[in-house]
Amino acid sequence: MSRIVADVHPGPGRRTRWIIIGVIGLLFLVPVVAMIEFTLRKGLGGGYDLSRWIAVFSGGLGPEYKPIFTGLGNSLLLAVVTVAVMLVLLVPTMVLVRIQFPKLQRMLEFVCLVPITIPAIVLVVGLAPVYSVIARLFGSGVWTLAFAYGVIVLPYAYRAIQTNLAAVDVVTLSEAARSLGAGWLTILFRVIVPNLRRGLLAASFISVAVVLGEFTIAALLNRVNLQTALVVVNKADPFVAVIFALLALAFAFVLLIAIGRIGGRPHSSHRSKKAPA
Amino acid sequence: MTDTITSTVVPATPPARMPAAAAATGSTPRRRLRVPGSVLGLVPFAAYILLFLGLPTVIALATGFLDGDGAFTWSNLTALGNPVVLSAFGNSLWLSALTAVVGALIGALFCYAMIGAAPTGALRAVVDAASGVLAQFGGVMLAFAFVATIGIQGMITVFLRDSLGIDIFADGVWLYDTPGLILPYIYFQVPLMIITFAPALESLKPQWAEANAMLGGSTLSYWRHIGVPVLLPSFVGCLLLLFANAFSSFATAAALTSQGSQIVPLQIRGALTSETVLGQENLAGSLALGMIVVMVIVMSAYSALMRRAARWQR
Repeated sequence: MSRIVADVHPGPGRRTRWIIIGVIGLLFLVPVVAMIEFTLRKGLGGGYDLSRWIAVFSGGLGPEYKPIFTGLGNSLLLAVVTVAVMLVLLVPTMVLVRIQFPKLQRMLEFVCLVPITIPAIVLVVGLAPVYSVIARLFGSGVWTLAFAYGVIVLPYAYRAIQTNLAAVDVVTLSEAARSLGAGWLTILFRVIVPNLRRGLLAASFISVAVVLGEFTIAALLNRVNLQTALVVVNKADPFVAVIFALLALAFAFVLLIAIGRIGGRPHSSHRSKKAPA
Repeated sequence: MTDTITSTVVPATPPARMPAAAAATGSTPRRRLRVPGSVLGLVPFAAYILLFLGLPTVIALATGFLDGDGAFTWSNLTALGNPVVLSAFGNSLWLSALTAVVGALIGALFCYAMIGAAPTGALRAVVDAASGVLAQFGGVMLAFAFVATIGIQGMITVFLRDSLGIDIFADGVWLYDTPGLILPYIYFQVPLMIITFAPALESLKPQWAEANAMLGGSTLSYWRHIGVPVLLPSFVGCLLLLFANAFSSFATAAALTSQGSQIVPLQIRGALTSETVLGQENLAGSLALGMIVVMVIVMSAYSALMRRAARWQR
């Protein structure tokens, strides 16, 4: 049987496969290599050295680079608040809908996927007046942007959590806990959340990655985050801006590798078969 | 507005049934569980969505119908017929279409090459993570990357000029204009195609290949009679998603093009930052309305195709 399958397998031959992957992979590496090459240039005279990287890592950057660190700090703060908003608002709702209102499931899914259809640049047109009210209520602190970011991470977070939620029989677990006398908070925090650990972690990581890469909303609402700061600094010193861009890309890459490790593919045998992965 | 989208995208869920759903749940014997005050539990999320998704969308669309004093008017919509606006929509549409088609073809080819790669292997893990980074979080960084690659002093530009004597900017520097967006856009379209199309290829069942072989079919007949027909809805669906992705993309273009508003998102920026682009107020609202119309059409077609494709993924 397996011989037949091997013979008629619709995939490419070994050599064809590696040629395709190799060529496309190499083409996609070119811009990354170009960025690295760019940061190593020694100036107009030609030649290469590591001086800019050393300056970045030894803290030898002058005050003109301050926007980058402000932006980085703001982006990290936003990442934390966005994850908090997502966990506090989305997760209980998803669990509640699963246990109590299964007929709202499609509606919830639709709402969570809507932000894909509404471009951030359109959302920002309507967010501007909303934020002028928010600025009056909460001040113009950068953290308030996290409310808008909570919306744009919704599709990613929803998918990550839903994959996990579909694989866990939350209803039976809650009934079991209930019949043993557990209260609802106990059920949520000691039964359901531990079972959703992978999904929650994956959702948090992907939210962090999205927030660190966000530019549109911050730029048009005149807030400073990592991306808007990079654009500003790029005008004065493109070399250092590119170094930070490379570091941010590498960090996002590591985050996504971690997501693949944690939540991507469930390894337990019984449940994963039932899950519509 | 949200209701309109609901009915076009998900016709199977009539909103009228929603209030009844809660009552019905409690009465079925399986659902004996009652969370006290559970309807209240939905309130925070619903309020949040209304405030930060519903309200901004409504405002964005409504301002397209308001004049400077806040009175209703149709006149802003006439701005959509302005040659400058029309050319921006034209640019956005062809740029999105071109990069979607090229991105979909290259991405599908890459997915094809990945058939048979171990699902938990290192290759798959690296491809998944790299695709995620480039497709979703590039934005500004992609602009930097392409300035470093094919900018005036870019690595490839210099290499071609000094080693091969080819000047890619012989007819003028096109990187900071609409054609300059083609390569960066393809650079994030291909990874998005890989992310969205790979699950469709994984749904091709080995039994189909066996059946094909037992009936004496070749690899060619497998693709002709099984692979392509099964995958076609997914492929076209992913193509539409790529189109929508390019159409709504802003960061790369904003970081790359310093002046001019060649595509719609840049024109919205112009309208937002300086109140009067065509001597017209609330133009951003009209442009946003135009974008939403395109996005709703494309995404409705996408979800219809994905439902069609889901038939084979059970």
